[in-house]
Amino acid sequence: MNIDKKIADDLVANDVSFITTVPCKQLAGVIEEVEKRDDIFHIPSNKEDEGMGLCAGAFMGGKRPAIIMQNTAIGVTINTLATLTQFYRMPLPMIISYRGELREPVACQVEMAVHTKALLAQLNIPTYHFHWQKDVEEFDNILKYTFMSNKPVAILTDANFWGGYGDQ
Amino acid sequence: MIRSEILKEIAPILNPHLVVCNIGLPSQELHMIDDNERNFYMLGTMGLSSSIGFGLALAQDKPVISIDGDGSVLTNLGTLPTIANNATGNYTLLIIDNGSYGSTGDQPTYAGMKTNLTDVARACGCDNVIEVQDKDLGPVLQGAIDSDEMTIIVCKCDSGNIKLPVITLDPVVIRHRFMEAVKA
Repeated sequence: MNIDKKIADDLVANDVSFITTVPCKQLAGVIEEVEKRDDIFHIPSNKEDEGMGLCAGAFMGGKRPAIIMQNTAIGVTINTLATLTQFYRMPLPMIISYRGELREPVACQVEMAVHTKALLAQLNIPTYHFHWQKDVEEFDNILKYTFMSNKPVAILTDANFWGGYGDQ
Repeated sequence: MIRSEILKEIAPILNPHLVVCNIGLPSQELHMIDDNERNFYMLGTMGLSSSIGFGLALAQDKPVISIDGDGSVLTNLGTLPTIANNATGNYTLLIIDNGSYGSTGDQPTYAGMKTNLTDVARACGCDNVIEVQDKDLGPVLQGAIDSDEMTIIVCKCDSGNIKLPVITLDPVVIRHRFMEAVKA
């Protein structure tokens, strides 16, 4: 299974047509796939809170948005999640590369990884963790759940899910 | 002129259009001067008026005006390259540049010192940037809305505030009625 294609297929099938991204090495494939799709308007952001602002506007303009970013972004976006996305009750699927988990080569990434789930839990953000490739089968249901509930929802995708970084 | 005087003057120009208004006093002033369902008031999240308005402009065809401040643009300076590189003709960014953080007690911003937001916007790649003095804003804003080109307006004015109450509208009500206006 090509998980980049599967994620993009599910996004399109759920009518997600406005996607903003802040890059991560692990997300390069899915970002490239999103860029290729004619049904998706892809707009890179310079920072993740800016991206959430774009998504809020796009949602109010009638589009279903999504953001693709690293878990370090949770540290950047707590205020935006609480006072914009949650306060105004807007849906936002957040496809997040979960750096600092198993098979992570960069020690500093672990420092935000240990806070990631706790911060999401503190914000009462529904959170899913993709560790095995087969976990992606849940993605379609997660998107439906997000737009049903009008909430930000986190999908944490770790290095094992993406196939690791090769030999280290 | 101070910001509230400017908003009073341009309210009839803004009225028919979708407006995303900056957090704090700008939203409170617009709410007092001309509350209507086409106004989206930001109750939190300083800095994102430009981004929310831009996302809205990209998602549908009606004209959108983001009202921002110099301090807020400095908070989210990354917005200008994003806007410049994805320009859409139905978008106008109006930066009320009074050189101060008005809602927090008029502390000076760097835009009131050495940093020139007009030059910054141009350097970020925005093609159509107009700097205007407060009293001359009306026709410039109308021209920007009417034109097919995306416009960034930097409106230089005095710093100063009026006393007025906070907005007590529920955020979901603000969002819902705004979305109905977008669809109308």
